[in-house]
Amino acid sequence: MAREKSSKDNAQALFHSLRSAYAATPVNLKIIDLYVGFAVFTALIQVVYMATVGSFPFNSFLSGVLSCVGTAVLAVCLRIQVNKENKEFKDLPPERAFADFVLCNLVLHLVIMNFLG
Amino acid sequence: MARILARFLVLLLVVSICEAAPLFQPISDSHRSAALELFTLDHGSFKSLEETYEALRTFQILGIEKKPDVTAAACHSISETVGSLSSTPKDLFYALKANSIAECKIHAKASKGIISSLNSAVSGSSSLLDFYYSVGGLVLIKDQSSKDDLQLADAEGVFRSVKAFSQSDGRWRYSSNNLESSAFAAGIALETLAGIVSLASSELDQSLISTLKNDISKLFDSIEKYGDGTLYFDDKLVDGYEYKGPLSATSSVLRGLTAFAAVTTGNIDLPRDKMLGLAKFFLGIGVPDLKFYLACRVSIPLILSLPAAVLSLTKKDSLKVRVATVLGSNAPPLTVKLVGVFSSVSKDASLVESQELKFDQGSGLHILNDLLEIIDVGSYTFVFEVVLQEPDDEKVYVTGSQTKVPIFVTGLVRIENSEIVVLDSDLGSVESQSKLDLTAKNAVSLSANHLQKMRLSFRLTTPRGLAFKPHQAFLKLRHESKVEHIFVVGNSGKHFEIVLNFLGLVEKFFYLSGKYDMEFTVGDSAMENSFLVAIGYIELDLPQAPEKATRPPLQAIDPYTRYGPKAEITHIFRAPEKRPPQELSLAFLGLTILPLLGFFIGLLRLGVNMKNFPSKPVPAAFAFLFHVGIGAVLLLYVFFWLKLDLFQTLKVLGFLVVFLVFIGHRILSHLAAASAKLKSA
Repeated sequence: MAREKSSKDNAQALFHSLRSAYAATPVNLKIIDLYVGFAVFTALIQVVYMATVGSFPFNSFLSGVLSCVGTAVLAVCLRIQVNKENKEFKDLPPERAFADFVLCNLVLHLVIMNFLG
Repeated sequence: MARILARFLVLLLVVSICEAAPLFQPISDSHRSAALELFTLDHGSFKSLEETYEALRTFQILGIEKKPDVTAAACHSISETVGSLSSTPKDLFYALKANSIAECKIHAKASKGIISSLNSAVSGSSSLLDFYYSVGGLVLIKDQSSKDDLQLADAEGVFRSVKAFSQSDGRWRYSSNNLESSAFAAGIALETLAGIVSLASSELDQSLISTLKNDISKLFDSIEKYGDGTLYFDDKLVDGYEYKGPLSATSSVLRGLTAFAAVTTGNIDLPRDKMLGLAKFFLGIGVPDLKFYLACRVSIPLILSLPAAVLSLTKKDSLKVRVATVLGSNAPPLTVKLVGVFSSVSKDASLVESQELKFDQGSGLHILNDLLEIIDVGSYTFVFEVVLQEPDDEKVYVTGSQTKVPIFVTGLVRIENSEIVVLDSDLGSVESQSKLDLTAKNAVSLSANHLQKMRLSFRLTTPRGLAFKPHQAFLKLRHESKVEHIFVVGNSGKHFEIVLNFLGLVEKFFYLSGKYDMEFTVGDSAMENSFLVAIGYIELDLPQAPEKATRPPLQAIDPYTRYGPKAEITHIFRAPEKRPPQELSLAFLGLTILPLLGFFIGLLRLGVNMKNFPSKPVPAAFAFLFHVGIGAVLLLYVFFWLKLDLFQTLKVLGFLVVFLVFIGHRILSHLAAASAKLKSA
């Protein structure tokens, strides 16, 4: 009984500490995290739709899902490069990273639109 | 001397061809009337000069008398062409050729005009046919106006120009542009070159003549062959309009060859068997090539022909033979001997001994009567030989060696002792019997069951009392349901018999019991009384068909229905995929927008602001353009999905990306500089 309570307390304490730690992150990183969340959610909704109605225009499904996943991945890369605490990318100006992000997204979406059919 | 030898050699070859003339009909009135019908005057003149010339030539060769209206029409068109300054070389050529037959007068002034225009045509010629017409015209006008001093300027140059059209395989082209070559053109070229040689003022270079002889032998190497040994020249069928056919091509080549042989010295080496093959070609076609027989003026061949090759013994026909010259005129006194008669059975031994045919002065035929004593019905090969009575005639006429003629002898074949019998299978005793009367239809009615046999027998004898095996001796049984069975009646000597053992035939008859109509036929091409008789019917009682027995084939009600329309074919297409209802799709579309809304709400909650947007006008403009650029690219993608294709998109994208990169670089470097300044400060 006490152990259960302690594990529950532990979980709660863990959750709270995570939350407060997250609050400390800079705003631009939070924006990127939000964007990634939005992309993943969109992908999930598309998968649920395909599960409901079947995968008939499979290329359309793939292009939709892969566009979400691809943009999420690019956003993650951007976050890595922009994060000031990351020693590896200390010399890379964030504007440069953002320019890469934009360009890669444009290329990704061209391919996606072609595949959409 | 050598020139005469060469000419003689060619003519000898041609004579040897004449000797090989097989049996066929000489020129008769039917040929002449056909020619007259073919060449008719249309409003007092022929359609063209070419037709005028062809008409006159055909009438001349067939021996049709010169008709005044034809000659007048010809002369009229000839003088018109000759007098006109604008006549083409082709027209002049045909006019002069027609004139050589019609013999109309041409004025000296007109001749001079023709000569000068033809000379200018020769120098201006660029194709083979131009040369042919102009040189040929000059040769003709030289003969007709007897201007012996008419010569071709620069004959060697003209010779070389014509020679330029030749090809390495012996054929010739019509012009330097046209790559098609033909044997017909080769014949025309040889005639033209012969004309040039005859018009030349001095002897031409012998090397040219010898290369030409090589070309001729190469041309003969390309000769084509039918299975029976006839040889001919043929051209490739490229354009149906231009195609001349083997007869035209072969006669053109021979015309050219004889013309060339007439003007050159020395020999032209041509294999004798090739000339013989060409002769067989012309004679085999059936229309005698008259050029050939004109060359045969040296020796006239005598043709042996039979008015009838089928003789009837019942009518007591006699064998009649006619011997005449090629052009249909009477032969000199001669005797026709029947050397032998051979049949397919006795190929070496003649059935009769050698005898002479009697000549009947009134009809001009050689006759042999009383054939019945010699031969029976059937098909035979008669071998004849013609012997001239006057020894001097042998120099003028060519009779050839023995002539083989297929003769068909028909007669009435007697059929007797015909009867049809139903027998008991085991004991062989006769159950019912009836004599067959072949004149009466449906007289016989029999019945039998599967344990019995039916026998049909008869005897056949020829008029001379010998055994005869006809081509056809069939018995046909047809059931009520139209299923038919045909049996061949075999023989031993004169006796013919067929036995139908129904026990063995039960399966063949598909176990069908009932009334079978019987049809009996005996036929042969030598039999004058071949017959097909419905003799009657037989009721057959066959056992029941077991389950596994084959069904009889379906008889068509109307046998032509199989040519009618067939069943409709229904195509099965792939079923289209099942699509979800539209409301569901729209609902999910709405659901997809939700995360985007969530994103914007989240942004607002985070306190997103635009404070870092540059305030100074130039960077502000760049920033604005940067966003516009990205928006434009995204809009382009929407259009790409809606209606553009990839290549159009890429083209526009190229411009946009260049623009965007430039702008983006400016604004982002500006921002980077601003933040660096802030950091250092």
